[in-house]
Amino acid sequence: MAGKAMNILIVGVGGQGTLLTSRILAQVAVDLGYDVKVSEIHGMAQRGGSVVSQVRYGEKIYSPIISKGDADIILAFEKLEAARWLDYLKPEGAIIINDDRVDPLPVMSGKLKYPEDIDQRIAQMVDKTMVVDASSIAIECGNVRAANVVMVGILAAAMGFPQEEVEKAIQAMVPPKALDINLKAFKKGHNLYSNIA
Amino acid sequence: MKRLMIGNDAIARGAYEAGVTVATAYPGTPSTEIVSTLAQYPGVYGEWAPNEKVAMEVGAGASIGGARTLVAMKHVGVNVAADPLYTFVYTGVNGGLVIVSADDPGMHSSQNEQDNRGYGRFAKLPVIEPSDSQEALDFTRLAYEISEEYDTPVMLRITTRLAHSQTLVEEGKPKQVELKEYKKDAPKYVMLPGFARGRHVEVEKRLEGLKEYSNNTEINRIEWGKRRLGVITSGVCYQYVREVMPDISVLKLGMVNPLPDKLIREFAEGVERVVIVEELEPVIEEQVKSWGIAVEGKEHFTLLGEYSPEYLAERLGGIAQAQGYGLDKEIPPRPPLMCPGCPHRGVFHTLKRMRLKVMGDIGCYTLGALSPLDGMDACVCMGASIGMAMGMEKAQGVDPSKIVAVIGDSTFVHSGITPLIDVVYNQGTSTVVILDNSTTAMTGHQDHPATGLTINKEPAPKLDLEALVKAVGVNNVRVVDPLQLDELRSALEEELQRREPSVIIARRPCALLVKPPLNKKMVIENDLCTGCKLCIRIGCTGIYFIEDEKLAAINPTTCVSCEVCAQVCTFDAIKIVEG
Repeated sequence: MAGKAMNILIVGVGGQGTLLTSRILAQVAVDLGYDVKVSEIHGMAQRGGSVVSQVRYGEKIYSPIISKGDADIILAFEKLEAARWLDYLKPEGAIIINDDRVDPLPVMSGKLKYPEDIDQRIAQMVDKTMVVDASSIAIECGNVRAANVVMVGILAAAMGFPQEEVEKAIQAMVPPKALDINLKAFKKGHNLYSNIA
Repeated sequence: MKRLMIGNDAIARGAYEAGVTVATAYPGTPSTEIVSTLAQYPGVYGEWAPNEKVAMEVGAGASIGGARTLVAMKHVGVNVAADPLYTFVYTGVNGGLVIVSADDPGMHSSQNEQDNRGYGRFAKLPVIEPSDSQEALDFTRLAYEISEEYDTPVMLRITTRLAHSQTLVEEGKPKQVELKEYKKDAPKYVMLPGFARGRHVEVEKRLEGLKEYSNNTEINRIEWGKRRLGVITSGVCYQYVREVMPDISVLKLGMVNPLPDKLIREFAEGVERVVIVEELEPVIEEQVKSWGIAVEGKEHFTLLGEYSPEYLAERLGGIAQAQGYGLDKEIPPRPPLMCPGCPHRGVFHTLKRMRLKVMGDIGCYTLGALSPLDGMDACVCMGASIGMAMGMEKAQGVDPSKIVAVIGDSTFVHSGITPLIDVVYNQGTSTVVILDNSTTAMTGHQDHPATGLTINKEPAPKLDLEALVKAVGVNNVRVVDPLQLDELRSALEEELQRREPSVIIARRPCALLVKPPLNKKMVIENDLCTGCKLCIRIGCTGIYFIEDEKLAAINPTTCVSCEVCAQVCTFDAIKIVEG
């Protein structure tokens, strides 16, 4: 709301790496000299529930949380979560969705239906919608768990973050044995966006 | 150089810089990281205490012994620690003592949303409240100065949003603090009635001094802006107010008990209208109103949950927000649930199948109350399950064989032992199931006395739960594997028939701490599957139902081959494939 803050909302299912993603992006913003605030979720919501991390950066940031209709970018690690948090997106904002489906309990048990065409419906409403199969790309890189870093690559390219700054942040945040896979995942994501744009 | 820190890590850093050498806590979201981080700093003794009362007592002893001391807990933990806390306010400190209360407006991970600023007035101790990580560090350092100058423990009150938000922090230089000399002083430290009367006089005198301090300290400050509206606020709400109303006048309170009466009066006289913005209880509002100052507050704002910038903008008319997108289609909710392979799942499935009345407790396993497991009847607070089972048995009298208490290992050590003694002493017949996953899982896998490791993962004497339970007088103690459902069920059936207390320890490490077996996987034989959905009712993300084909299916990316679904299936449709 105040000034020219950039607001990034990272949404997914507990265990998909929203926390790590927000920490990487926040570190990049710090290294670029911005004031930064990040809001995270720990505790019970992490047990397979819907989770959100929020990253805000700019000249001066007050609130650590983003308001509805105020996110510049939503990074969604799962399609249903993209839909759940869509009302946080600015009218001119962009949403990047991993083409991944994780059924919540009411769907698994057959009580409710997973809205099949949900990503297409979002794309019809939001001009700047990008749906990518980040999980498959991550598997190519060596581990499906690196899907979040594929998404970081896409976002970094979209935001024009210097590639080496992001790689530096990944190096600082990711455990050494997983570093190669994550750097590969980042590059693939980065190239993917650059090739489309 | 500035770096990002969550509020909890900033408090740990502040305590380290203030020269703290003793830190103690029981884990509880959103407070857990404070002492686990602080314990890693050089020269700091850190520990997980069995519960918050013990933590507070260790803290009191360390302070009287001359050390700067930190005690941390979640808001409801302060209730457990309240007994020593109230009277430690009377004795006062030797080395400075700060108790951190991490409140949870919105109940992200808690059973209630009590406002612990209330403890300030009730227990008569100063309460300070930071609004970002830098203040969390600075205020923690300052709290030790206040504590020693005014001879009182100080409460640092934070909320989830501060504890778990990262903001930029400039670290300071650690202060060299000598251990204070301990002098025997019974009238100060022995709270017999005769001595305590004298100390109460000191408490009231000290509060007068603290009120003056509150009026003059720079952590309570007026930021003059436009004079049409003035807001009094504290904590993270200050950030929300500034976000949506950058131009107005604000009185930002860093010390919320005692309140700065003169400063508030000055502020109120300088603006046309005063609104108090505080989450949860009208703690500031009621006091200010009692001084005859006209202010607005809870007539505009809810007593429930967390506030947000958009909520304040809506209630106070700040910067208008953009209209977001809406999806008309119903989006299925995604509640948290037990992990695949969780050793608790089969227990709750079995309890429900046996139609037992289940008195539950606090931990991951409280999720056993949710559909489709529906395996819990009541859950109130840490350790309550056993006493509640006893109470229910005494109320209903005739058929205690339908009542069980279910409690985790860490929770049992926290406060399950004394109610078990009650069951033995007063001749109850409760069957208690200790869900022993050998960790404090919910808060992020902290150790405890029965894991055999310290806070820093060093070896420690391991509390023997079987021996302990026998020692308090329970004659029937057995250990079962909760993933073997038949074994579990027959143990329950046998123990429930007994007319004396029994304990079943369902022991199996937390699924997140063991690697799933690579040499086997679960498969469904479609021609045997009748689509009865019994396996779906265990609520596991490793198995789902294909509605169109009326068949269950395994999700190979989440399944860890715990075999619970296979044991539940009455048609043998779920097979284990080795290799």
